[in-house]
Amino acid sequence: MASWGEASQSRLIGKRITRLSGKEKVTGKAKYTYDINRPGMLYGRILRSEVPHATVTEIDLTDAQEMPGVRAVMPLIEAGRKIRYQGQEIAAVAAETDDIAKDALRAIYVELEELPFVATEADAMAEGAPQVHDDWNGNQSNPSRGGQGDVEAGFAEAAVTVEATYHTPVQTHVCLETHGHVVEWTDEQNLTVWASTQAVFGVRNDLARRLELPANQVHVITEHMGGGFGSKFSPGVEGLTAARLSRMTERPVKLMLTRKAEHLVAGNRPSMTQHVKAGATRDGRLIAYDMRGHGTGGTGGGAGFTGPYVYHVPNIRTERTNVAVNAGSQRAMRAPGHPQGAFAMDSLMDELAEKLGMNPLEFRRLNDESEVRQAQYTLGAQEIGWHRRNSVAGSGTGIKKRGMGVGSGQWGGGGGANTQARVNINADGTVEAITGTQDLGTGIRTAIAIIVAEEFGLTTEDIIVKIGDSAPGLPAGGSGGSQTTPSVAPVIKTAAANAKQKLFEHVAPLLQAPVDDLRIGTGTIYVASDRTKTVTWQQATGLLGQETISEGGEWDRELRQGGVAGTQFAEVEVDTQTGHVKILKIVAVQDCGLAINRLTTESQINGGVIMGIGQTLLEERIMDPMTGRMLNANLEDYKVPGTHEIPEIKPIVFDTHRKVSGVGEPPCIPTLGAIANAVYNAIGVRIRELPITPDKVLNALAEKA
Amino acid sequence: MSDKDKKQDTNISRRSFIKGVGTGTVAATVAPAILVSDEKTAEAQTDQAISKAEIQLNINDTLYEIEVEARTTLLTVLRDGTDTGGNNVDLTGAKLICDRGECGGCTVLVDGKAVYACMMLAMDAQGKQITTVEGIANGDNLHPIQEAFIKHDAMMCGFCTPGFIVSSVALLNENRKPTLTEIKEGLSGNTCRCGTYPFIFDAVETASEKM
Ligand code: FES
Ligand code: FES
Repeated sequence: MASWGEASQSRLIGKRITRLSGKEKVTGKAKYTYDINRPGMLYGRILRSEVPHATVTEIDLTDAQEMPGVRAVMPLIEAGRKIRYQGQEIAAVAAETDDIAKDALRAIYVELEELPFVATEADAMAEGAPQVHDDWNGNQSNPSRGGQGDVEAGFAEAAVTVEATYHTPVQTHVCLETHGHVVEWTDEQNLTVWASTQAVFGVRNDLARRLELPANQVHVITEHMGGGFGSKFSPGVEGLTAARLSRMTERPVKLMLTRKAEHLVAGNRPSMTQHVKAGATRDGRLIAYDMRGHGTGGTGGGAGFTGPYVYHVPNIRTERTNVAVNAGSQRAMRAPGHPQGAFAMDSLMDELAEKLGMNPLEFRRLNDESEVRQAQYTLGAQEIGWHRRNSVAGSGTGIKKRGMGVGSGQWGGGGGANTQARVNINADGTVEAITGTQDLGTGIRTAIAIIVAEEFGLTTEDIIVKIGDSAPGLPAGGSGGSQTTPSVAPVIKTAAANAKQKLFEHVAPLLQAPVDDLRIGTGTIYVASDRTKTVTWQQATGLLGQETISEGGEWDRELRQGGVAGTQFAEVEVDTQTGHVKILKIVAVQDCGLAINRLTTESQINGGVIMGIGQTLLEERIMDPMTGRMLNANLEDYKVPGTHEIPEIKPIVFDTHRKVSGVGEPPCIPTLGAIANAVYNAIGVRIRELPITPDKVLNALAEKA
Repeated sequence: MSDKDKKQDTNISRRSFIKGVGTGTVAATVAPAILVSDEKTAEAQTDQAISKAEIQLNINDTLYEIEVEARTTLLTVLRDGTDTGGNNVDLTGAKLICDRGECGGCTVLVDGKAVYACMMLAMDAQGKQITTVEGIANGDNLHPIQEAFIKHDAMMCGFCTPGFIVSSVALLNENRKPTLTEIKEGLSGNTCRCGTYPFIFDAVETASEKM
């Protein structure tokens, strides 16, 4: 049975290995899509609507077309059609310089008939609200209902109940490299696309379909990409537009979204509002959970969220609806539905525990069936110093008050059979590992090198990893759902093992030993039963002559496992005069199965925690109900965590088994609840609406006083 | 312009025009006054002959002769500029991320100080020594800060990394042994969405010990 072997036997797997692309990234040589400059390249830009709801009555492109330096102008919407959100595409240009392209947008004449709109969930749900979709009845979807057991009976057994409303606003992805493409037609039928994407093959297939080309005539390259977080799976309007502009002009075209458009149209995490009533028995068991909730994913649906979450409840009733508003649509965002659901559930857990007079950690232990998290609670509590927590919330003295909280999360991340790969051994000793996956910054490139180098007794620098390219025709799935490593690693591992076997067959006659007696040393191959018989890697591969070993691999389920648990503890300090929440420390205990590279795994955990901090304390898409526009579509007013928001973070890589799981998403889940509970523990007033900004803290304190 | 006539019969309460929907421009949908002034600006920008000038820039110890417009930023020259001989400058390490001095992705050194290249006009960079991330290493020898970033994995997607490298160099040039608080202050003009900060702090500390 395939296995990753014992930890004690690993030279590289599970160790802290520096990133293969590190040198390119620190010297500025790493080329992202945004950095691709092709000979004769034009710059594309898209004119977008500033109004959220309107009918287009006229578009006149003449003036723009006549401008010097403008090479193509095309409409992206027809007169008579409707605009349904700010940022919706109206027309596009391609010009000799980006500045000319900007000028050209200003010369496009558009006439719109404005329509009444809804910018917020409350407006959308109001009686007689203007409708986002003509064919809907109101702005709310039909409720989706779920449940189990008997909620009424459950409440009858409850000794304590809590009723509360929890809210999280829309968060945007804020990929630092905006969505974009560079497109170049090599002839009438073939095009090369540099894409900032999480799915090289997804973009290839999607563009081919829309351009009515055979898939293999679209060549997609993503050598490096500057962040996706779930928002970059499809080429989108901008990718198709770039391809069309390039086609029209017979020139390469670069089209990257502006920062503003990135906020408006490139996806977001939907909002969540939960009205929940829950009960627990006197001995601390969750017994009933009744929730009605809604969220907005913009014009479309998709505003799902978890609830109840992680903890076991026997009697459940839930009802969820999507609320449409005139705003850009949601897309998957790092653990879709989970962080917001976890915030509500972990807040609820603490509220129930307090009513029971129970330590919230004990209350969790009683209701959490995950053995992994039970162990994590112990470890995390020790690391944060849980015994120092205020036993009575808000009991600290002084202006700055400290508190501690805990939160939990659960994720899948078990991968799938969607990857093809080859591992090549050349006669000159070089090794290539090739597959169509892409590195979002998670470190899969390095993980591939580690696996192959471990198998061959080489170093990661010896392995040439070719990813982010559709040309070799080795498809891999999109990088979502924390599925990349558990999908790719088993295939690479078996491909390398197959290649090694082939090499052994060449070496066996020379060493006069049976193939199964051969072993890999450090840069050598030797005979297990007689260690004096050995050849160097170079000598061994030299035997290949004109041949190249090229082996594929299978997705061996035994090498991966889904289902990762996580727990985080936060300590905060709240300034009761300014309302400022300062996070002092976060302990993130994260299950991730076998961490192929401990260093990059820690990076991922840090990154998840920091995104969670942003969602808890800073981030919110603010819609103006008067104009229907997003008021903070920039990086100044939409605040993401910066250096001053970063506490001490202690990532604890909690390996429970030697099978590979994904870890990109899970660490961003427990952070919200941990911080929110710590804030409550510090000041004794609960804030049920994110982000926890100073105004909310001060108002809450004022209400309490 | 032909659309001037079209504007005459505008019913402001029910209709609006979008004209000039560039980054940071507020298109007029409510106030007619803004509508008109926006359009005038647009006309001024598109109709007037754009004045160009040839300037010399010293970038990474190389002298470039470049034709620029008054509005051309230093960042545009670095990334998209062409010298008078037709060669691309092609220094794409510095990134345009926010386009308005909020993120530090475009940071370069100008006479040794960290500057947002998106906020500096190319013309104003004349006579100054410009160092981009590509000029931080000494040939193949990485700068200690670059070594430390690799060692500590102070990058994920890496898109913000060039800006952080340059800002860190500027910080260490001024303060050889910064405290953690000083590191946070010194790098507070840079944003990383992947959340690499803790390891960036470690890297700067390591580099400061090595320098
Ligand atoms: S692009 Fe210059 S500071 Fe953000
Ligand atoms: S490493 Fe991705 S934004 Fe900083």
